[in-house]
Amino acid sequence: MLTDAMTTILAAAGETGWVLEPDAKRILDLAGIPIPNFILAATVDDALRAAGKIGYPVATKIVSPAILHKTEFDGVALGLKTDEALKAVFDRFKRFDQFKGVLVEEMVAGVELIVGAKIDYQFGPVVLLGIGGIGVELYGDTTVRMAPVSAQDVRSMVHQLKGRRLLEGFRGSDPVDMKSLSDLVVRFSELIMDLEARITSIDLNPVMCSSEGCIVADARIILSENT
Amino acid sequence: MDLNPLFHPKSMAVIGISLSNDRHPANVIYDKINLRYPVKVFPVNPKGGQLHRNQVYKDITEIPEPIDLAVIAARSTYVPAIVRGCIEKKVGGATIISGGFAEVGRQDLQAEIVSMARAAEFPFIGPNCLGIYAPDRFDTFFLPGQRLIRPESGNVAVISQSGGVLVDQMVKFKAQGIGLSIGVSIGNKALIREIDLLEYLAQDPGTRVIAFYVEGFGQGEGRTFVKAAHQCPKPVIVLKAGKSAAGSRAASSHTASLAGDYTVFSQVLAQHCIAEAKSEYELLAFCEALSCYQDTIDGRIGIITASGGHGVLAVDILSAHGLEVSPLSQSAQKDIYNRLTPSVQPIASVGNPVDLTGSAADEDFIGAAIAMSRTSEIECILLLILPYSPSLSPELGARLSQIYQTEKKPMAAYVPHEDKYRMLIEGFELNNIPVSDSVEGAALMVEALRRCQPC
Repeated sequence: MLTDAMTTILAAAGETGWVLEPDAKRILDLAGIPIPNFILAATVDDALRAAGKIGYPVATKIVSPAILHKTEFDGVALGLKTDEALKAVFDRFKRFDQFKGVLVEEMVAGVELIVGAKIDYQFGPVVLLGIGGIGVELYGDTTVRMAPVSAQDVRSMVHQLKGRRLLEGFRGSDPVDMKSLSDLVVRFSELIMDLEARITSIDLNPVMCSSEGCIVADARIILSENT
Repeated sequence: MDLNPLFHPKSMAVIGISLSNDRHPANVIYDKINLRYPVKVFPVNPKGGQLHRNQVYKDITEIPEPIDLAVIAARSTYVPAIVRGCIEKKVGGATIISGGFAEVGRQDLQAEIVSMARAAEFPFIGPNCLGIYAPDRFDTFFLPGQRLIRPESGNVAVISQSGGVLVDQMVKFKAQGIGLSIGVSIGNKALIREIDLLEYLAQDPGTRVIAFYVEGFGQGEGRTFVKAAHQCPKPVIVLKAGKSAAGSRAASSHTASLAGDYTVFSQVLAQHCIAEAKSEYELLAFCEALSCYQDTIDGRIGIITASGGHGVLAVDILSAHGLEVSPLSQSAQKDIYNRLTPSVQPIASVGNPVDLTGSAADEDFIGAAIAMSRTSEIECILLLILPYSPSLSPELGARLSQIYQTEKKPMAAYVPHEDKYRMLIEGFELNNIPVSDSVEGAALMVEALRRCQPC
């Protein structure tokens, strides 16, 4: 069920055509999908306070309705360890078109996956799972199911990935928490059933998965034109 | 809506008969029903008169008897009035052969007949289609009987958006000895669509397998279809045409770019245990295999061969399709070994593939097939039979089929299709074991049984 808080966020994003990362993450959080601690900082002082609260190292990302694919604009800086580094990045980001602030976020690690959604013309909401990160379209190692999906569907999706050994503990690393991955995909698939009329697609990329669990490091919600 | 009159008519009317042209589609249909099928048929043309000394009715409402099925082959602009007449006469349903509707931009004409039919609960197939082919009962194809290749009556239903593809499949069914329960060309599918026929055929006692040739579904229609197919107790096969995306749109998200229309289509079918045939060739193999076996398997295959090379080829094909050919346990191997004839025991390999060599006799195939049927390590047996071997008899097909009847483990066979091996082949076919004329075809028959997504 969409909550009032979700509807408000979606309505506010209507004009841009997509939902800014901090807002997208709030929607996921409301749906019970794990996200990292983050603070949206409008000024350098806010950013420094945020980093103090979250604790270094931090990840920082540009928040601007003009920038849909942040990495392509060099709008992401990861693993910042000091106030000086954070200040420098903030100064650079604030020159971006339609600057709304900097997202200061705890660093998360793990295998990079993509969890996505699309409203298919013939089949309605479908959910995608695959090997994520910036090479996602290069490798194309993904699998699709009609939503909503069950835990059994998620098992079969993982089984179908060429890169599934990355998840099963590859070269000495611990296997990722499959229960957490399964819960995330199942919940996400239920969320998109409720969002069917309002969105065209969603990328959660990357979703960081480790033995500790799975957490959405970045999220992008593309709205349908009539929202 | 009651679709029964469409598929089991006792009386028909053919509307749009020409009084001067015997090759007019309506005349071809009328003649074949009149001369060859056990169905009463009446010709209709507004001019009236006579056709081959039979009275031509000016209007369907003038026919003095009840009509189950009207075949409409008149110009599209006349069709709304004809449909109105059929409804007035309480005809059971219609097949509208005529073109000239949505496919040429006359959505208005099509909408008009759909809304009339819907209001009156009057089912019709088409327009712009060949309609129905029911072996030995009736057909509405405007193709002369002497030109058609007519498959035997059987238990596979084929529903096709394209009439041409349906006729072509019928040719292949005939060649492969696959029986057809009903073939339906649905054309513009203005009213009766895939989902309606799926629901009808799921209940049809004469149909065990339902195959579809689909170009595309309407908005959200795919979702309803796959859910119904998943619930259907009979295997459903889909051949999707138009796999390459028509102009790749620039996508704003990775997901939209990665989950293209066909990718979604294909994976959603697998999610719902629908067998996707990737080509006409696969469609044929799947129809034949699933008409014999309705239960699904996970994919553990045993191979019994008279030639090592054929065994290796089959392993390559099965593996490429994601099926497993794993070595058998020691105890299973021992059981096979013990059932072989003394002369073959020392030269056979009993791992998997089980290679009985060119010296194999019928008893060796039978022994190995019984042993494989009784181990849970194997879910389906692929038999590669080279009838050139001196000790194999023409009875082998029938004898191996008996093992299936007793043990109930599915099997599929490769036998070269030459006239002199006909008895061997029929020994399988007539006893409901699918046989292919190629190793690859037989491997595809095995693959058909694994319809559900692995997990």
